[in-house]
Amino acid sequence: MAIQAEFIKSIPYFSGLSPAELDPLRGLIFETTADRGEFIVLESEPAEALYFVVSGVVKVFKTSADGREQILQIVRPGESFNDAPIFDGGANPASAQAMGPVVLYGIKNSDMSSILRSHPRVALNVINVLSQKMRHLVSLVEDLSFRHVTARLAKILLEYAGDGVGPSKPRLTQQEMAAMAGTAREMIGRSLKELEDEGIIRLDHHRIVVTDKEALKKWAGVVE
Amino acid sequence: MSEIPVIDQEKCNGCGLCINVCSCKSLMLSGNVITFVETGNCGWCTWCEAVCPMGAIRCPFDIVLEER
Repeated sequence: MAIQAEFIKSIPYFSGLSPAELDPLRGLIFETTADRGEFIVLESEPAEALYFVVSGVVKVFKTSADGREQILQIVRPGESFNDAPIFDGGANPASAQAMGPVVLYGIKNSDMSSILRSHPRVALNVINVLSQKMRHLVSLVEDLSFRHVTARLAKILLEYAGDGVGPSKPRLTQQEMAAMAGTAREMIGRSLKELEDEGIIRLDHHRIVVTDKEALKKWAGVVE
Repeated sequence: MSEIPVIDQEKCNGCGLCINVCSCKSLMLSGNVITFVETGNCGWCTWCEAVCPMGAIRCPFDIVLEER
C-alpha cells in the first residue's frame, strides 16, 4: 500500500518540511498492520524501528515480574511510540500491543538517524515530541505518587470522555483502566461505584456517562 | 442487538468460570469454547471478564459526556 504523503505531513516529527523534503522520506517509511492483542514491540528486545499510528489504538506498557501491567501511554493516530531507542541505541523500553486492528508506519532506527542528520528541522521537532512525552511521564509519576485511585480514575475518565463531536476515543475495560491507574481491577470497580454514588457518573450498561463534569474535574484535581 | 462482551475464542480454555458468574445466563460452552447467547439480559456486570484466567473476555466501556 502506498505511503500517504498527507498523513506524513501531519506527523509532528515531520512538521514544517516542504513537499520536496518530505518526498524522499516516503521511501524510508514502511507500512505494517496488527490485529487486536498482537504485540508490535516487546520490552527489552532489541529495538528495530520507531512507529507512528495511522489508524487504530496501541497501548504502551510495562509488565511486572508477577504479570501486572502499567500502561504508560495510549497511542492514537498521528502519535509515535518506541522513540527512545533511536537516540540511545538501547532495547525497547516498553511493550506495545494493538488494542484493535491497527495500521502503522515505521522507520528503521538507522534510517531515522540519517534523517535527523540531514534535516535539522526534524531534530527540533523530535525534541518537541520527546519533551511532551517527558511531561506525560512526569504527570504519570505525579498521579501514581500523590493521587489516590479515585482521583486517577477521574483523570482517565476526563481524558477518554467523548463528546460525540471530535475523534472517537478508545473504549476501555476496567482492567485497562486499572493498568493505566496503576492499581488492581477491583479498586477501579470500587472507585466507579464511589463516583456513581456521588452522582458524578452513571453506569449505563456498556457506557460510563459523565453526568457532572465539573465535579469530576475536582476529583481529578484539574485546575483551569 | 445490544452491545455484548467481546470474546476471543482462540484464547478461551473452556474452563467455564464465566458461566458460573453470569447471573443473566448469557454465556454457554459450545465446542469447548465460550459463546455469547443473545438473551437481551446482559447487564454488563463485567464479572465474566474479571474471572477469566485467559483474558479471553473483554467488556469495554464507552466513556461519554452527558448531553445537556
